[in-house]
Amino acid sequence: MSNVITDKDGVKRYLITLNVNGDEHTILVKGNTTLTNALRDQLDLTGTKRGCELGDCGSCTVLFDGRPINSCMKLAVEAEGHEIITIEGVAANGELDAIQQSMINHAAVQCGYCTPGMVLSAKALLTRNPHPTEPEVREAIAGNLCRCTGYVHIVEAVLAASRGVLAPDDGAHATAGGAK
Amino acid sequence: MYMPDYEYHTPGTLAEACTLLGELGGKVTVLAGGSDVLHKMKIGNLVPDHLVSLKNLKELREIRYEQGRGVVIGALVTHDGIYRSQLLQKHFLSLPMAAHTMANTQVTNIGTIGGNIVNGSPLADLPPILIALGASVKLVGRSGERVLPLEEFIVGPGKTVIAQDEILTEISIPDQPTTGSTYKKFGLRKSGALAVVSVAAAVTVEGGAITDARIVLGAVAPVPLRAKSAEASLKGKKVSDEAIEEAAAAAAADSRPISDLRGSDEYRRELVRVFTKRALRKAIDEGHV
Repeated sequence: MSNVITDKDGVKRYLITLNVNGDEHTILVKGNTTLTNALRDQLDLTGTKRGCELGDCGSCTVLFDGRPINSCMKLAVEAEGHEIITIEGVAANGELDAIQQSMINHAAVQCGYCTPGMVLSAKALLTRNPHPTEPEVREAIAGNLCRCTGYVHIVEAVLAASRGVLAPDDGAHATAGGAK
Repeated sequence: MYMPDYEYHTPGTLAEACTLLGELGGKVTVLAGGSDVLHKMKIGNLVPDHLVSLKNLKELREIRYEQGRGVVIGALVTHDGIYRSQLLQKHFLSLPMAAHTMANTQVTNIGTIGGNIVNGSPLADLPPILIALGASVKLVGRSGERVLPLEEFIVGPGKTVIAQDEILTEISIPDQPTTGSTYKKFGLRKSGALAVVSVAAAVTVEGGAITDARIVLGAVAPVPLRAKSAEASLKGKKVSDEAIEEAAAAAAADSRPISDLRGSDEYRRELVRVFTKRALRKAIDEGHV
């Protein structure tokens, strides 16, 4: 921890450099600032949502060295030296990622609060396992709670993205095998 | 959500960390992954004066095989790291499976094996299977190190024998003659649920007879509990449904469950019987899974 700044009240702040979506950001945080709050409040990356803030709901999911984590359970000072991808970093050059497009096409977004985390969990899954089974998709998003309970369309959207078929074939909702 | 103020420390070496832990006054908490420590701080159960981060101790993130000690797992290996370890998958798949099914991906990517143990929770998922496999923990302090069986490390809910200046650095699983092991957990949901009851079993079967068995029960006592009369009832017996039934009943009798929001004591005792039966059958029939 190289740069520590102590104010007149003795409160310490740390000058850290976070690698977020490929860019380096140098920010000043307290030792108890969570990664969620640093991303939202200091980098204005508000796609990362504050939900339960206790590691249960997954709405604050970010990719940490490619792996999904709850950013509410990580201190910002502990995130230095790691690659962080937020939902803002998923679309490349103005083009939506296949998962994002597929979720739009399958009406897999209702209130939208869980969506950024869902996309990132699905992204991590498809990067590691490009052709998952439905149970594998369900397992991968088990840490992302959708309180609109719209899981069926979300699972269909991820499976369709994995097959490279982004639109439902019948104009209604695609069915993705089994569990209805 | 509110986070308490504390002084944050990042020792560069293990020796520095131990010195720091020994010299700091007030309430000192060690930070590994953070999934438990941050949770406890946010709900107000933990208000430390000092938080000592182990993030620089990269040597504690490795899994390796060491002659004489067996498989050695660094305390900072995450649950996902355990799940993905080819070494562990090859020798004791039961442990990667326990690590994988304990929580959702976002948590298994943060939480560490060391944290899961040092927390001392009676319903933690890794201690039962680790104790069944005869695992030991290495504790390093200012004046040296000691190795003790994991079974002797956890002494009560949230209580361990770790000293103020000590850090749990490694968990080792010795080479062993066991032929099978498994961890079975009953939770109230398919995913992300805490154990209502869990059972780990490791068995040695030779020529159709059970020469040795270790059965460890989770969430039914103040600590992960060896079901010793169940183990004794199996020794020397031929593998049979009757022998397994008898051991399962003995395990239920060995358990000391309480009633809480996740289940009554009677319910838990019955679950111990059923899950001991299933765990033994699986370990006997399928090996280390």
